[in-house]
This record gives sequence, C-alpha cells and structure tokens, in this order.
Amino acid sequence: MTKPPFVEIRHAQKSYGSLEVLKDISLTVERGQIVAIIGPSGSGKSTLLRAINDLDPLSSGEVWLDGVQVNEALPHRQYEKHINDMRQQVGMVFQHFNLFPHLTVRQNVTMAPKLLKKISDKEADALAEEQLDHVGMLERIDYYPSQLSGGQKQRVAIARALAMKPKLMLFDEATSALDPELVEEVNQVMKKLAEEHMTMIIVTHEMDFAASVCDRVIFMDKGVVVEEGPPDLVFRNPTQERTRNFLRKHLEGAK
Amino acid sequence: MDTELILKVYPYFLEAALITVELSVLTVLLGLICGALGAAARLSRFAEVRFLGAAYVSFFRGTPALIQLFLLYFGGPQIGIQLDAFTAGVIGLGINIGAYMAETMRGAIISVDRGQGEAARTLGLSRAQAFRKVVLPQAMRLMIRPLGVNINAQIKATALVSAISVVELTYTAQRYIGSTYKPFEMFLLAGALYLAIITVTGKGVAFLDRKVRLQ
Repeated sequence: MTKPPFVEIRHAQKSYGSLEVLKDISLTVERGQIVAIIGPSGSGKSTLLRAINDLDPLSSGEVWLDGVQVNEALPHRQYEKHINDMRQQVGMVFQHFNLFPHLTVRQNVTMAPKLLKKISDKEADALAEEQLDHVGMLERIDYYPSQLSGGQKQRVAIARALAMKPKLMLFDEATSALDPELVEEVNQVMKKLAEEHMTMIIVTHEMDFAASVCDRVIFMDKGVVVEEGPPDLVFRNPTQERTRNFLRKHLEGAK
Repeated sequence: MDTELILKVYPYFLEAALITVELSVLTVLLGLICGALGAAARLSRFAEVRFLGAAYVSFFRGTPALIQLFLLYFGGPQIGIQLDAFTAGVIGLGINIGAYMAETMRGAIISVDRGQGEAARTLGLSRAQAFRKVVLPQAMRLMIRPLGVNINAQIKATALVSAISVVELTYTAQRYIGSTYKPFEMFLLAGALYLAIITVTGKGVAFLDRKVRLQ
C-alpha cells in the first residue's frame, strides 16, 4: 500500500444557498511542502483554506490530514472531541491576527497549551519564551496586543499557533492587513518556518513572496483550481488564459 | 415649602429608602441570574431552547411590569402560589428585569468579534473553553455599562411594588401625604432619595467599567 498524501482534499464542494463557492476541488500537499493559493477575491481560496480545519465546513467532499479524515461525519459529541484533536495539529494565522486583547502576549501563547496539554506554569513560560524568541518578539512578552504594531501582532499570532506544535500551518492572507513596511518582518518569519520544513498552505496576494518561498502555486478562480504547478511555471509560463489575465492585472496593480 | 415637616419625617423616609435598596439589590441579583440563563438560552445551539429564551424575553419585555406583578401577587393564589408582598415584588421584578438583562448580555456576547472565537477554536479549544476563556471575558467588559442602564431602570421600577403595598420609598411618600396633605414636599423628598441611590450606583458601575477597561 502506498502512503497516503499528508494533506488531501477530495471533491470539496461548498455552497452558500444557491451560490457555489467551491466546485469539486481535489488537491494534495506532501509533508514539508509549501503551497501558495492565489486568485482574485471571491475565488474561494480562503473558504478552501478554512475548510481544511473545518472552520467553514464543506457541503460535500473530504479533508484528510496524515491519514485521518478531518471532517468525518460523527455524532455531535464525538465530532467535537475529534475536531478539537485535529485542530490542535493545525495552526492557523488570520488576516486580522485575532490575538486575544484581554491577555498579554505571554498569555496569548500559553493559553491553549496550558488548557489542552496540561503543562505546568513553568513549562508554559519556557514554551512562550522559546516561541516568542523564534519570531523575534521575546522582549514584548508582557505587553498587551493593543501595544503592538500590526507586524508584531502577526508574529505573536504565529508564535501562538506554533506553541501547539502543529504539523501543518495555514495562513489566511497573513500580510494583507499590514502596512507595506511591516510586511517584510512577517514574511521573514514565514521564510524561517519554510527553512525548518514546516508544511504550509498560504493564501496570499503577494506574488513575489509566493514565487520565492513556495514549492507549488495553485491559482483558483470562481471556485475551481484553474492551474497549479511550480511557481516558475505558473508565474512565468501560465497555460491558462484566466491565469494570465489575473497575473497581468495583479502585476500592474503592484506597480 | 414646609422644610420643618421634611426634617421631621425624613428619618422614616430613610428607613423606607433602605427597603428600596434591599428590593433593588435582590431584584438585580435575581435579574442577573435570569438574564444569564435567558442569554444562554437565546444563544443555544438547540432550536427548542432558543425558542424558550425568546418566549421569556418577549413576554416579560412585551407586557407592563405592573401587570406581571399583579398577575403574580393577586392572581398567584388562584393557582396555588401564595407569596407575601415583598417576596412577590422581588420575584416579579427580578424576572422582569432579567428579560432586559438577557438581551443586554446576549448583545455583548455577539458583539465580540467572531474571529476571537474562531482563533480559539483553531487552537483546539472546545466551544465551552473558547467561550469561557476568550469570548466571555471580552463580553463582560462590553456589558457592564449597558447592565448599568438596566440597573438604573430597575431601581426606579421598585416603585411599582408600592401598588402591592410593600412599604418602600414611594409607598411611604403616599402614606405621609395621606396624613400631611403635602404631596409636593413628600414626593420631592422621595425623589431626592431615589436620586441619591441612583447616583451612588452609577458611580459604582462607572468605577467597575473603568477598572476592567484598564486591565
């Protein structure tokens, strides 16, 4: 028997009423791969990403992670336990950071591990220090989120996700809400994770970043995968008209 | 204005004001409990429970508190509920203000950014953990001021129990008018005492609000 793919999406379909936002999407991601999902807004790329940890449940189709079905149909109580287990293995970073404003940076990072892994205060502190050092935010450990810049908030959010030691990281337009001069510091952290072979699926508008960091680029439009391949191919030599149009518009917009 | 009369009767009014304070505290406490239950019901994932919550809120906000009080105190014995006036007042008004508080609490809870609960869930927290650790602490901050408005209204609403002859501030004023024929002085005195109670409470709420905001 061959080893199943690390992440596998099978025939993902999702509708909001009569609006079909994902139309039969299948794709796989191997362990250690870094995949960018690009496409115009409304293409379904965020919805697809949010389906991977069942934050936006699919209407039909399956999501598999490391041989386990994430969105398995289970009775409510069993499903709750199952999905909480699965989500502990998948870190997620949001466009608007979603740091907990009533907690300090340290508490933001340690809350989930303390609650779910029952680690001691001392272990939690060591974990917070390690993770915050990793993203260069150690000196702000006892600040509140409101005292940080957008780039700093996002780095803390990444540390918070990493503190659960996930197998997979999902980035939902992690730099879209940042001032241009703050984008780089977040990109640096993501590059560092890439060098450490973290498996990542990244929804992004930043073509340069996708081209320099990712192993594979997926171009989505109107709920379907139009084109996918290595960044060189997709960015330099797109085979599809829709991809060419999107890239042309996007590169013009960037200038 | 008969200041001499005011000075003579005001100790009795102070005593009555104490009953008003007692009524206020007890009805607010009961209201907070009913409000929390009502808000939880309105936000339940079970449609039947949501319906019960909605029915509670719409009945108690949709009918006059005085009717609810009469229904309980005068109508109660007919269906086997015998309560003394003070108890009936506390229960009737407490359940009534609870309906308003339920909406206040629900409003605060749903106005916490959806991304907060989502971020907690993506870390692996259960619904209950995400609510307790992330959503509720933020909602608490948002609900203090509007609950203060409910409490302000409730203190004044305790005057209604004078209609079922609980000897509180308003009832006392009416009683002294009966013997002195000086409604202006008596109502003015009662009003001043209500104002004092409400001012102190308002300061307390503002203090609490400032304190949680600074954290």
